[in-house]
Amino acid sequence: MSTIKEKEQEVIEEFALFDDWMDKYNYLIELGKSVPKIDDQYKEEKYLISGCQAQVWLHARYEDGRVYYTADSDALITKGIVALLIRVLSGQPPADIVDAEMTFIDEIGLKEHLSQTRSNGLLNMIKQMKLYALAFQKSKN
Amino acid sequence: MPINADAIRKNFPILETEINKRPLIYFDNAATTQKPLVVLERLRYYYENENSNIHRGAHYLSHIATEAYEAARNNLRRFINAGESHEIIFTRGTTEAINLVANSFSKKFVNEGDEILISTMEHHSNIVPWQIACQEHGAKLRVIPINDKGELDMEAYDGILSDKTRLVAVTHVSNALGTINPVEELVKKAHEKNIPVLIDGAQAAPHLHIDVQQIDCDFYCFSGHKMYGPMGVGVLYGKEEWLNQLPPYQGGGEMIKEVTFEKTTYNELPFKFEAGTPNVADVLGLDAAVSFILDAGLDNIAAHEQQLHDYTVEQLRKLEKVRFIGTAKQKTSVVSFLFEDIHPYDTGTILDKLGVAVRTGHHCAQPLMDFYGIPGTVRASFAAYNTQEEIDKMIEGLQKVREMFG
Repeated sequence: MSTIKEKEQEVIEEFALFDDWMDKYNYLIELGKSVPKIDDQYKEEKYLISGCQAQVWLHARYEDGRVYYTADSDALITKGIVALLIRVLSGQPPADIVDAEMTFIDEIGLKEHLSQTRSNGLLNMIKQMKLYALAFQKSKN
Repeated sequence: MPINADAIRKNFPILETEINKRPLIYFDNAATTQKPLVVLERLRYYYENENSNIHRGAHYLSHIATEAYEAARNNLRRFINAGESHEIIFTRGTTEAINLVANSFSKKFVNEGDEILISTMEHHSNIVPWQIACQEHGAKLRVIPINDKGELDMEAYDGILSDKTRLVAVTHVSNALGTINPVEELVKKAHEKNIPVLIDGAQAAPHLHIDVQQIDCDFYCFSGHKMYGPMGVGVLYGKEEWLNQLPPYQGGGEMIKEVTFEKTTYNELPFKFEAGTPNVADVLGLDAAVSFILDAGLDNIAAHEQQLHDYTVEQLRKLEKVRFIGTAKQKTSVVSFLFEDIHPYDTGTILDKLGVAVRTGHHCAQPLMDFYGIPGTVRASFAAYNTQEEIDKMIEGLQKVREMFG
């Protein structure tokens, strides 16, 4: 299985194909449709990421030393970005997730979604993904 | 006289900004307006020529700065037609003004079992300070309901006003809907029961003639930065008889008459409520903003904005699946809407890419969004410098959003 770095590189190369932001966002919207869907029973307050203008639900499970994420969002662009995060982090060992730098977001030109404004909770999304990994890592030791 | 938006734009350097090689279209004026050169120059002039601490030093600079500051107070008094200059208290903004009243008023006049009355369409800044005050004093927060159009239910208001009501705090204009509330009627009804009224005027000051004596409200608050002035400065107007009864909000310099370790006596109005070194530069900037508005003519600005509002609504109606939020009869130039099948965040993101700055989200009025059962809206709010061509570009952007999201 590819490492997080390798997967990040894969995404960067894919996005390099677009020279127009519209194509990039259309692709994001498409990606959103492929997000590993969170089970409806988890679509509740407890699994909601705070700080997002759009609602984002995130669930994680730990299996054979790796973390697997599922998620959903009511905004399609947000869902696309979440799909990208899951593609890069899901199926990785918790230690690697905790250490992941996630610089690819900047490189594919989506940094604005990580800004500290109140409307963008993507930073919280990454933080939550890492917190799950950290918790699994601790329970393992 | 119709205003010439193209000429006005020349006073706002920031409007020359380009985003993704497109000219910035700034439709987030209800959040904050841009600042004209006269305001920016006033700030600079102060720091270059007048900077000093006011009301104390006997030296030249302190003297001219004090005069300018107190002249600004009088101009602000005239702007809202208050009776006395000392009824004008400078604050950091509307939020601080409301917190001041919520804190000081409640300390003296709110007790267990009392009620404070607000409305469903309040900004969080006119909800949370009262919530805190209610918790502290064992009082209850009551809410005037609204109808689907986003207008206050005045009949329900009659029913909720009671002997237990200690104060009514309602917005003049809703930031999320643009609804203009019948503030005179609200005040009249409360006064029949001897209940004081605070009006949140943050969204009214840039658009409406405000006459606090005609409204007869007991407190009126507004912010400089929403009316072409600097951030960090605002006004609390309070009737003298009320302000005199309230205990100070913050302690410090300026607000004292005499201090010993045993006891402090407080300064008179307005200084009693202006603890610490005042924000002189921004007060002078706000003064310049008031001149800017009066020079352009408040009526002319309002007429221009109304025209932009009506044009936007007309153009939006041509698009599919548009739902308008807030369709009150009396409205300012705020258009709040969403596509029924597209999240406001998605719409806002694409508009941003096209250089159009709108506000998306709950507009700091979550209870109001809950009332409509929506996650938020897309809000376009206009100012003197906006043009019809800009609206055409936003509509083009929205057509693109429709294409992208099906």
